[in-house]
Amino acid sequence: MSSVFSKFSNGLWRENPVLVLMLGMCPTLAVSSSAKNAFGMGVATTFVLAGSNLVISLCRKVIPAQVRIPCYIVIIATFVTIVEQLMQAYAPAELNQMLGIFIPLIVVNCIVLGRAEAFASKNGPFLSLLDGLGMGCGFTLALMALGAVRELIAAGTIFELQIIPNWQGILLLKMPTGAFIVLAFFLAGMNLLKMRKCRKEGRAYEPPEELNCRTCSICKISRQ
Amino acid sequence: MSENEIRMPDTSRLIVSSSPHFHTTDSVSKIMLWVIAALLPVTAVSVWHYGLPALEVIFFCTAGCVAVEVLCARLMRRPIEINDGSALVTGLLLGLNLPPGTPIWICLVGALLAIGLGKMVFGGIGCNPFNPAIVGRVGLLIAFPQTMNTWMTGPDAYTTATPLKMLSDAHLAGQEGATNAMSEMLSQVSYGDWLLLNQHGGSIGEISALALILGGILLIALNIIRWQIPFFYILTVAVFTGLAWLSDSSLYAPPQYHLLSGGLLLGAFFMATDMVTSPVSRTGAIVFAIGCGIITCVIRLWGSYPEGVSFAILIMNALTPLIDRMTAGKPFGAPKKKGLKL
Repeated sequence: MSSVFSKFSNGLWRENPVLVLMLGMCPTLAVSSSAKNAFGMGVATTFVLAGSNLVISLCRKVIPAQVRIPCYIVIIATFVTIVEQLMQAYAPAELNQMLGIFIPLIVVNCIVLGRAEAFASKNGPFLSLLDGLGMGCGFTLALMALGAVRELIAAGTIFELQIIPNWQGILLLKMPTGAFIVLAFFLAGMNLLKMRKCRKEGRAYEPPEELNCRTCSICKISRQ
Repeated sequence: MSENEIRMPDTSRLIVSSSPHFHTTDSVSKIMLWVIAALLPVTAVSVWHYGLPALEVIFFCTAGCVAVEVLCARLMRRPIEINDGSALVTGLLLGLNLPPGTPIWICLVGALLAIGLGKMVFGGIGCNPFNPAIVGRVGLLIAFPQTMNTWMTGPDAYTTATPLKMLSDAHLAGQEGATNAMSEMLSQVSYGDWLLLNQHGGSIGEISALALILGGILLIALNIIRWQIPFFYILTVAVFTGLAWLSDSSLYAPPQYHLLSGGLLLGAFFMATDMVTSPVSRTGAIVFAIGCGIITCVIRLWGSYPEGVSFAILIMNALTPLIDRMTAGKPFGAPKKKGLKL
């Protein structure tokens, strides 16, 4: 049972698609301008991920390896079409308008294709469904965290609830630039958490390889 | 200690850096002191003209920048290097780039953007790809468009329209509007005012063209900045706007107008010439300056923002590593390369 749960929780934290795998940056940066947009996008992507993972896993033995990518895309596109039509029918018009082109673009979201290729094509339908749900939830949570921070600083609200009264918004955070800045701080925070964890367990922390010691001082911080 | 043990010198105190190596008495703090000295005339004139609102902005930007640098250095467990004065220069330049009367908390946000995001995140002095003061200014411009576009013309007078802003609005309104606005504006503008004491509204540092030019000449004479960058920057703007004016003088303002208005002189003398973020070679500096000039003119003449100096310098800062690569010197005696290799 624990291994089943770990398949689900994998996407939440250890292999979070946004914060660890760095996949799906385009919707991450574009629609995380408010918590509500982020939630809508996250739910739509989770639906597509879970559905496409399930169907691809069921079909994995009949899909010839040479044409697997087009097959995956067709299956993913089916679910994206379903989600798009559902959203047009039932989602608030305002949300639908904000997400706009990014819903159809889930077809080419690399998280969806990545999970199909890396997980669903090699595992059974139940585990694939769990993996899709976990990845989707991780994506949604990461997006909502980004969206909440950006919305809070840009407008003083979270989910359109006034948190800070009389806040003179910092418009910068509402723009794509703001998404880059907040995401960068999130990633730095992830590194800090990993470092703390290593220290607690008494292991030596290995910083990401591409960091340059001339400009970075993560080793100095981790040693103390 | 036994005889056979090899005694190694203590290398931890040696500074190992890559070539070129120069022998000079210059130090970062000395250069920064001279830059501050060169900025003093314009600072003094603006404080004299605007009074407290200008002094406040300059003080809180400078103090904010130094404080943020100390804070970042502490957080990053790095030695605190405020004695080199670079944070002071960044703060002073940031202050000169803001409108007088900017609220104090916005100045402090600007300091955080400039030093925190513009410099320390990249690893501190010498590692920043963009000029920190401009990062701060552009960040504030995008974050608080309302505040950043309210200017003081005198100690108690406010306006939202600098001459460049009026011009830009008129252009967006169309041909006829532009022609009317142009003739009205040119009749109001007095170039003498601009040269000595700007009465038309603008950033703190745009107060006096003469004071800026004096400071710039001091830095060039001391060999702290290279003359190529301001010279070719200003020349490009003059030629570009001159050609536009010649092509249709009812639609475009004359070149002297573009040279004296806005932050061109401040940018050309003090910000584009930043040693860290401008190309190393002389040829590179010229390419950099011409690029800055062209982007400034394009934004001013056809863009939706009235002023393009800070954007132009930021964009060319981003291109600096490429320019450096294209204009890198050949090692002595190296074989001739065929074609341009990037």
